[in-house]
Formats: sequence, structure tokens, C-alpha cells
Amino acid sequence: MHELTPYLTQFLNGFAYSMLLFLVAAGMSVIFGLMNVANLAHGTFYMIGGYIGYSVARYTGNFWLSLLVAPVIVAVIGSILEMATLRPLYKRGHLPQVLLTFGFVFIGLDLVKWIWGADIRSIEPPAVLAWSVEIVGQGFPVYRLFLIGFGLLMTLGLWFLLERTSLGAIVRSGVSDKEMAQGLGINISAVFSCTFGLGTGLAAASGVLAAPVLGLFPGIDFDILIVTLVVVVVGGMGTFRGCFWGSLLIGQLDTFGKVLIPRFSLFLIYMAMALILVIKPSGLFGVEER
Amino acid sequence: MKSSVTESPAMVVRYIVLVLIVALALVPFLAPKYVVNLLTEILIFGLLAASLDLVLGYTGLASLGHAAFFGAGAYTVGILAVKVQCTSVLSAVPAALLVSIVLALIVGFFSLRTTGIYFLMITLAFGQMLFALVHKWTELSGGSDGCSLGKRPLIQLFSPYFTVDFGDYRHFYLVALVTVLLAFLALRGLVRLPLGHVAVGIRENELRVRFMGFNTFAYKLAMFVISGCFAGLAGILYMYFNAFISPEQLSWIMSGKILVMVILGGVGTLYGSILGAGTLLLMENWLSSYTERWLLILGSIFVFFVLFAPEGLVGIIRGAAAKWGRK
Repeated sequence: MHELTPYLTQFLNGFAYSMLLFLVAAGMSVIFGLMNVANLAHGTFYMIGGYIGYSVARYTGNFWLSLLVAPVIVAVIGSILEMATLRPLYKRGHLPQVLLTFGFVFIGLDLVKWIWGADIRSIEPPAVLAWSVEIVGQGFPVYRLFLIGFGLLMTLGLWFLLERTSLGAIVRSGVSDKEMAQGLGINISAVFSCTFGLGTGLAAASGVLAAPVLGLFPGIDFDILIVTLVVVVVGGMGTFRGCFWGSLLIGQLDTFGKVLIPRFSLFLIYMAMALILVIKPSGLFGVEER
Repeated sequence: MKSSVTESPAMVVRYIVLVLIVALALVPFLAPKYVVNLLTEILIFGLLAASLDLVLGYTGLASLGHAAFFGAGAYTVGILAVKVQCTSVLSAVPAALLVSIVLALIVGFFSLRTTGIYFLMITLAFGQMLFALVHKWTELSGGSDGCSLGKRPLIQLFSPYFTVDFGDYRHFYLVALVTVLLAFLALRGLVRLPLGHVAVGIRENELRVRFMGFNTFAYKLAMFVISGCFAGLAGILYMYFNAFISPEQLSWIMSGKILVMVILGGVGTLYGSILGAGTLLLMENWLSSYTERWLLILGSIFVFFVLFAPEGLVGIIRGAAAKWGRK
């Protein structure tokens, strides 16, 4: 066994974690970029997605089905919530919307406790991926390698969707000038609902994907929310690139922190955030606020 | 005739407030222990909510980590008593206030570099950071077991003739009542000072205030630190009242609860905070004996008021009073 092997293993662990973070942060960032709403219930959608995935996997025994069904259900819930509660608030500014999503965090947490109980749950990784591969003399779960690959694939897919398709062009037009987009005949309300659905669906997908590694329990919603907030603050809110590099940075920092200073690992990522705030308050890739 | 119409509501309000204060002062002599303790808690949380209202309602800064300053006050008192056997109120209270102020300075310095939604997210993150610190630093804070005060102190004024016993629920209720009333007068005075007016200006249009030559960062930081100081004071009162604090009281659930109190009562009114704290704590007390789904109800109240009654209970009462006045 090479002396650097533990570090390589940790690096891969951190990479897998970063990809999960990226999916959550990208969802939050897309919603923020378009609608200027910081969805504080994002961790809640992650958690609910994970639990729905858990139930589907338990009753059908099919991981892939749960990875498909949970994001769809959560996306539908997200879109409906956007239409029913956020839309009436658009004319009242952003603060009420953010506060509203904070209210959802309470409701979501209690609902999950009610439906699934307070015990820690987990989803079994699919049989195809439930084995270990040897990397420089140490076993490494294939499932985590899959997470890295899947995450990178999703990154490419999202980038393509937002930058290279007409759907992405519509979303981006909404970001830069809502009135003009509306004037060109784009139904901006529908775009908002779809984007909210997309963002929450991404969070739910991440919840299912992460469940075999991180587990599921009431309270993980807020753990995930806080790390995601740090990622978007460090990377720059509303930017795709910032999200990606922010996730990589924070994912590695958190993973290595947990190994090197187990009890105070959380402070490492807060330090990173504080440092960024001093040097560049808009985040690594953020543009100065308008 | 006309002047009496415009003046009378203010006079009526003044009389109502006076009667309320007298009634509150008489409570410990008439009401059972359970009621007195509940009222003490409402006073303390009313002050805490008002401290948040100072930044949320008067400066336009939504801080989602306010439980941190509350916890800083409470934990300082507890840690001083447990670790260095410092039980003197006269040294513990200033020390705890100082810790809250320094913490607010640090958090404010970093989070006020950003505005709007960023500010909100960063205060939330800092709040959770302090929660994690208290949770993990078991040697100092007692970790998840929480921190106990031990024996509550006695204060002897003109000793030995007049003794205030913090352990006696009647005595402590009066201590809390006087402290909270004075704190409220201070807060009310503060928002009428130039500092308060500049803060409201920043809430309405920060850019314009900056163009007028004000260093808005300094004003915002000042308001944030004052707010943190009063939240710390509420924490100190809570520690002497409850003699115990657990890390959970620093968590986002607590910060959220304070926020619900402010929104439920009415943002930017200060006294609405007492109303909100009272309503919420009474409901929690009453409903917790019937259902375990208290958080669900709390969240629903939150969502309902944000959606349908953004001006809170104060707004509802004002609306009703205006309707009544027209009749």
C-alpha cells in the first residue's frame, strides 16, 4: 500500500460528495438565477426526494426506478408549490418569498418525521454497483465511482440544457430581462414553475443518489442546506461555473476536514466562506450585484 | 371635536398600556406559579423577538441566525458559573453582554459585506456554525447534555433588608418584567434617534442614503450589534430563569421560531414582538399537550401569515380599529 493511498481514497470520496453537492447547488442556483429566490427549502426537497426514493426502492426493489420516480414526484410538488404560494408573492419583493420557503422547512421536517419516523434509513445501492474495486492497494466502493461519473454526466447535461438548447435560451432570457421576454411572447410564469420544478427535482435526485452513502434522517435537510449555501456563496450565486467549482472546493475541504480534524471539520468550510466574503463578497465566479 | 377624534386613540392606547403594565406587575401576587412562569417566558422571548425586529423591521436586514446571540448570552452566564464559579450577577451579566456584542460584531462584519438574500443565508450559516461549536466543544459547553447554571443567585440590595432571589419565581418574574420594560423603552428610544431614522432610510433605499454621505455599513453594523446585545440580554434572562440551556436552543429551529414571533406580531412595530411571542408560546403550551405535530403547525402559521397577513396581528388589530373608528 502506497503512503499516499489514504489521501487518494479521501480525494475520491470528496469528489463523489462534491458531485452530490453540485446537483443540489445547481438546482438552487438555477432557481435563484431566474427567480431571485433563495429557496431555503432546498434541503427539504433533497430529504423528501431521498425518502420517496427509499419507499420506492423498498417496495419495488429497484434503485433505478426510485432514481426516476422520486425527482419527478418532487418536481411536480415543487411546481405546484411555486404556482400556489410563491407566485402571489412576486409583486411583494423577495424577502416574503424567502421567508415562505423557510416556513416550508418546518412543515417538511415534521411531515417526514410523521410519515417515515425519526430512525436513520438508507437505500441499498443497486446490485450492479454494490462491489469494491481495488485502487492502489485499497478497496473502494464502485458506487462512489458511479456517483462521480453520473455527476459529471449531469453537469454536462445541465450545461447543454441551459447553454445550448432553446429551452435554456428561454430561461436565460428570463434571467436577463423578464419584461422583454414576456413581450416576446414567452409565458414567463410557466417558465418560473418549470424552473422551480427542475431545481427541486435535481435536489431530489441528489437525495436518492446520496442516500446509500450519507443515509437519510430528519435533520439531513438542514445539514445539506447549510453546505449548499456555503457552496453557492463561495462559488457565486446564480452562476453555473461557480456552482461547479464551489462544490468541488467545499466537497474536498469538508471530506479532508472530517479526516484531519474530525470534531471541527465544519469550521473549515465556514472559514473558506468567511475568507471569500472578505476577498470577494460576490463569490469566486459571481458578478457584482446589480 | 375634531381634535378629540384624532387624539383619543393615542390616549386610549396610552391608558391601555398603563393598565397592562400595572396588571402585569400584580400578576405574581394573584396568579399561580404556572401562569407566572409562562408570563416570564413570554416576556423574555418578547424581548428576543423585539431585538430581531430592530434589524428586520427597522433596518430591513433579515437575520436568520439570531438564536446565536441569545445562546451566547445564556451560555456565557452558565459557563462562568460552572467553570470559574463566578456566580455574581454584577460580573456575569456585563461579561455575557460583552460576549454577545463581540459575536455580533464578528458575524455582522462578515455578513453585512453582502446584502439581501446573501445576508440572510450567511447569518443562517453563522448561526449553525455556533450551534455546531457548542455541540462539539463539550469541554466548555457540556455538548449535547446542555449547560446547567446550578444554584440561582441572590442579590442583596441595602443588605440584608432587601433581597432579590433569582430562584424564587415571583422575584424573578418582577426582575424580568422590569428588565424587559426598560429594554423596550431603550429600543423605542433608539428607533427615534437619528440612528434609527438612518436605519429606516437604509431599509427603504440604501443607495440614496449612501449618496447622502452616510457610511451605511457602519450604521447597519451598529444596528446589528445593538440587536445582538439585546438578544444576548434575553439569553441572560433565560439562563437565570430556566437555569439550563441546551444546544438546540441555538439551532435554526430557534432562530426560525423568533422570526415567526416577529412576523406573527407585526414587523417593524417592536411591541408586536411581545404580542407574537405571547401568542406563539401560549399556542405551543396549549397545543403541545394535544399533538406532537407542533412544528407542522408552527410552519403553517408562518406560511399563512407571510401569505395572507404580512402585517401580522398588529396589522389585523389596526385594521379592525380603523374600521371601528369609521363607524
